[in-house]
Amino acid sequence: MNNTHPAIITAREVHKWYGNFHALKGINMEVSKGEVIVIFGPSGSGKSTFIRTINRLEEHQRGEILVDGIELTHDVRNIETVRTETGMVFQQFNLFPHLTVMQNITLAPIQVRNWKKQQAEETALQLLKRVGIPEQANKFPGQLSGGQQQRVAIARALAMQPKIMLFDEPTSALDPEMIKEVLDVMVELAKSGMTMIVVTHEMGFARAVANRMFFFDQGQIVESGSPEEIFKAPKEERTKLFLSQILSH
Amino acid sequence: MQNPETILPPITERSGILRWLRHNLFNTWSDAILTVVSASLIYWLVKSLLTWAITVAEWDVVVANLRLFMIGQFPLEQVGRLWVALAFLVFLTGNSLAIWDRKSYLAAILILGLPVFLIFLPFAPQTRIWLGVLAAAGILGWGLGYSAPQSIKRSVAIGWLIALPIFVLLTRGFTPAVEDVPSTALTIVPTNLWGGLLLTFLLTVVANIFSFPLGLLLALGRRSELPIIRWFSIGYIELVRGVPLITILFMAQLMLPLFVPGGIDIDRVLRAMVGMTLFSAAYLAENVRGGLQAIPKGQFEAAHALGLSGAKTMYFIILPQALRLIIPILVGQFISMFKDTALVAIVGLFDLLGIARTVLSQPEFIGLHREVYAFVSLFYWTLSYAMSYISQRLETSLGLGVR
Repeated sequence: MNNTHPAIITAREVHKWYGNFHALKGINMEVSKGEVIVIFGPSGSGKSTFIRTINRLEEHQRGEILVDGIELTHDVRNIETVRTETGMVFQQFNLFPHLTVMQNITLAPIQVRNWKKQQAEETALQLLKRVGIPEQANKFPGQLSGGQQQRVAIARALAMQPKIMLFDEPTSALDPEMIKEVLDVMVELAKSGMTMIVVTHEMGFARAVANRMFFFDQGQIVESGSPEEIFKAPKEERTKLFLSQILSH
Repeated sequence: MQNPETILPPITERSGILRWLRHNLFNTWSDAILTVVSASLIYWLVKSLLTWAITVAEWDVVVANLRLFMIGQFPLEQVGRLWVALAFLVFLTGNSLAIWDRKSYLAAILILGLPVFLIFLPFAPQTRIWLGVLAAAGILGWGLGYSAPQSIKRSVAIGWLIALPIFVLLTRGFTPAVEDVPSTALTIVPTNLWGGLLLTFLLTVVANIFSFPLGLLLALGRRSELPIIRWFSIGYIELVRGVPLITILFMAQLMLPLFVPGGIDIDRVLRAMVGMTLFSAAYLAENVRGGLQAIPKGQFEAAHALGLSGAKTMYFIILPQALRLIIPILVGQFISMFKDTALVAIVGLFDLLGIARTVLSQPEFIGLHREVYAFVSLFYWTLSYAMSYISQRLETSLGLGVR
């Protein structure tokens, strides 16, 4: 962990309830600039809920979350600022099916950042090259494979030039042969110095680029540490059990 | 492993009428019986209908009252304005067909060829001249659209936007009528003289166009997080949907004057238009809401995650998808509104159906219900089908199904 940089994301005692269900039970996390964080854990453990509170797609009900110095409250302007600085990639891609790949990527820079169309399109094309599919610019999302769609989704998020990228199980909906092409893009992104929080079970990815890993279970952080510590010497029984389950096959 | 030579080629379908008949109509015994029974039923129906239409029916009633059916009591001196308005619409239609429906020559020939065909029917000379103008406008519009589809796209869109105001303005006229002064081509024609297809057309178009933004707002209002807006929208929608259109039309005719300060007389046609717009908006709101609900939550989340505001998310992401989804439903509603305009006949307006009733009350045409209603039905059907066709083309050109 790099302590010379100030924290870009700070979560203190974050709680969240869905009705009576206590989904997050006091999450504490500090993320420094340039860090790559991997969050893993069984389904229903609150890992997706937590990552979605960081850009306020889910509202937390107690505790505080600061993103790049801005506290997330009911203030809509703050929320929109945080979202502008935070890119997100979803499990189900969530591309806009009625817009071309190019339009998907340029919409937000033009509408939110007030870029000129030409500038936005040039940037978009560079990003499409970076994720390896410049030739698909004028197709519709429905004409692309899952892996290509997810790479477009990454390009779309990057087009806003965010300081932070959130990945919510980005490879879980992909066919096995397409997982690698998406992970390759993410590894390249991590090495370029992007601050990333990734919810995933791709332990190869975690081992390769993660600075720290967090194991979530039942709405709590059970254990955290470097990939080395987590894979070689997990302290908690639950972590051991879970790792043995996902690494055994 | 299979030896390539043993792989059989795909079975080629042999064509031929006999084969088709056998395959589709006489495949099994029950098929054959069904075919024979339905064929004789259809034959009997068509034959009796044709026999009636050709030998028994007295179509004079239609021919003699054709002008009434088309425009009601609209004065002859001002009819030229309607032809000009119609020519403008035909011109735009020609333009649009050439730009947006380039490949289907059949539609262009059918629609633009109609005035040419009508010229050869035994109309009055003046009518024939105007039909010639229509034909020229259509062909000119088509040619213009075909030769420069990209450069005039924008002008055509603007043309459609101003088409309704122009049409209404031309129908209404410009200079007030003065007693003892002969009316000119520009004299205002009061709405009680508007009738027939003209009135039906105007009611339909006005109600549909104005109910669209209203319905959209109500649909969004019903999903609003502000309780006052939400409850108002729900209240309005449920109230209006719970009442038959005919009662709303009666209310508009009889109750509205009670709420308006004395002296101000709201035009009867306008009252009907307002009633129909308010009625249609409630249904439209529910249709739009259905479309909105069909959009996955992920679309909202993705847009929000990019920093798009609520309004921009609606405008750029949600509404385009939702409206595209409900085009068939919207067209269905437009068509049913078109047919529902017939109800204004009951509150004393002379739309197509109202005129039909007037015609039938003339002593010389008593008892010719069949001819008159057959003619009116044919008109309703033709126009409804045209709308349905346009919607299908719209769906294709918007690329529905590419997801």
